[in-house]
Amino acid sequence: MKQKLDELVMAMRAVQELKSGDYCNLGLGIPQMCASYIPEGVYVQSENGVIGYGPLVTVDDVDQADPGLVDAGGKFYTPAPGMSFFDMLTSFAMIRSGRLISILGGLQVSEQGDLAIHSLSDNDKYQQIGGSMDLAWGAKRLIVIMTHQSKDGKPKLVRNLTYPLTAARCVDLIITDLAVIDVTADGLVLKEIAPGWTVEEIKSMTEADLSTAADVKIMTL
Amino acid sequence: MPIKICNADEAILVIKDNDCVAAHMWGFCGTPGHLFRALAASSVKNLTLYIENFLPGPEGAVDLGFPDPTMLLPRLKKIVTPFLGARVFSRSGIGTDFLGDLILSGKLETEATTHGVFQERLHAGAMGLGGFYSPVGIDTIVADGKETRLIDGRKYVFETPIRPDVGLIKAAKADKLGNLVYHGSARAANPVIAMASKVNIVEVDEIVEPGELDPELIVTPGVYVDYLVKIPDDDLSSTRNLKELAKIVVTILK
Repeated sequence: MKQKLDELVMAMRAVQELKSGDYCNLGLGIPQMCASYIPEGVYVQSENGVIGYGPLVTVDDVDQADPGLVDAGGKFYTPAPGMSFFDMLTSFAMIRSGRLISILGGLQVSEQGDLAIHSLSDNDKYQQIGGSMDLAWGAKRLIVIMTHQSKDGKPKLVRNLTYPLTAARCVDLIITDLAVIDVTADGLVLKEIAPGWTVEEIKSMTEADLSTAADVKIMTL
Repeated sequence: MPIKICNADEAILVIKDNDCVAAHMWGFCGTPGHLFRALAASSVKNLTLYIENFLPGPEGAVDLGFPDPTMLLPRLKKIVTPFLGARVFSRSGIGTDFLGDLILSGKLETEATTHGVFQERLHAGAMGLGGFYSPVGIDTIVADGKETRLIDGRKYVFETPIRPDVGLIKAAKADKLGNLVYHGSARAANPVIAMASKVNIVEVDEIVEPGELDPELIVTPGVYVDYLVKIPDDDLSSTRNLKELAKIVVTILK
């Protein structure tokens, strides 16, 4: 039976987009799994006011857990040489500065690169925008990691968003459990496909118009 | 006004019915949990709470020292926050969705915003601005009902300043003049809340003599500080206790 990529593999594919000297921010959910695979020389920023921190505290070094060293997802991190702290005003000026590569999850992405991530409905009692709108608006490059289809089998790459807009025309690259897709001025372009799947199969699970790159290839890690 | 060094119950008396109160809340990192408990135990009502995340903890966590903001609900009429995280209750199946019920019944108002907008609204309050035009949140719930304007061909939404009556601040250390230093990511929204608020109550682990803090490292100058509260060493919100709680959290979330 054909396998879709699991979340860790999607995260591992996403970090291939990062290179030494990059600064990045990892959103909640799958993007935070990228933390374990961050390449040497890439600095991770966290919304509550730190950049360049070290590995997360594990059960094996639980004594290192410091209530002041907590990332945006509530995980405890260890210090690293070159790390710096700042307040959240500075943090969001940084996030809006176009200097960070942002990796976010997603509910839907449209043909134009519009992103929906923060809510299923404007009527939801619990609005959880967090930093998503700022990150999507201000990123140097916005990479979205999400499953290709929703749990009930609906396409998440759509012509027009049906979930509330987070930010318009902001997504640059989409990594799903089936494909890597570029957002271009001419629409969505299929660049890589997961092993075992065909271009036609992927298109059939995509509502948005999807063209195929001339050099489309099988995803590798 | 000279700084008053006192306990939390005494300091919290400065908060009056219908006041706007601001605080940072990011788990127990940088959250003024000691002051939360004093405010929860007070009898003020109809507060508007501007809070940099409203994150309820799992049941029982509050008894271990987690600064669960739901303890403040009886004091509130409105919450303005970028992240209203009550779902942890319904997801884990613990109890009823009491926060959702408060909202649905109209007993509690809420207002959605983004971290960046929230920070800049506080900054605008600190600067005495009448507001600002923001590019974030266009055509979203954040811009609902607000004035928009084209500037250089781009659409912006007008955001108003936040000028809280009282800021609840968590810092690592203060000197007796109220100069504050923070620790790690616990700095967070505390400095901008201190700048924006008319009156500030600060909780710290340690109060030292003037001259003992390196002036190069002071983040919030004492001019912003009105009440200084030392967290008792054996308090649930003391760093000593939070370190123990941190170990438990790492072990549970492994």
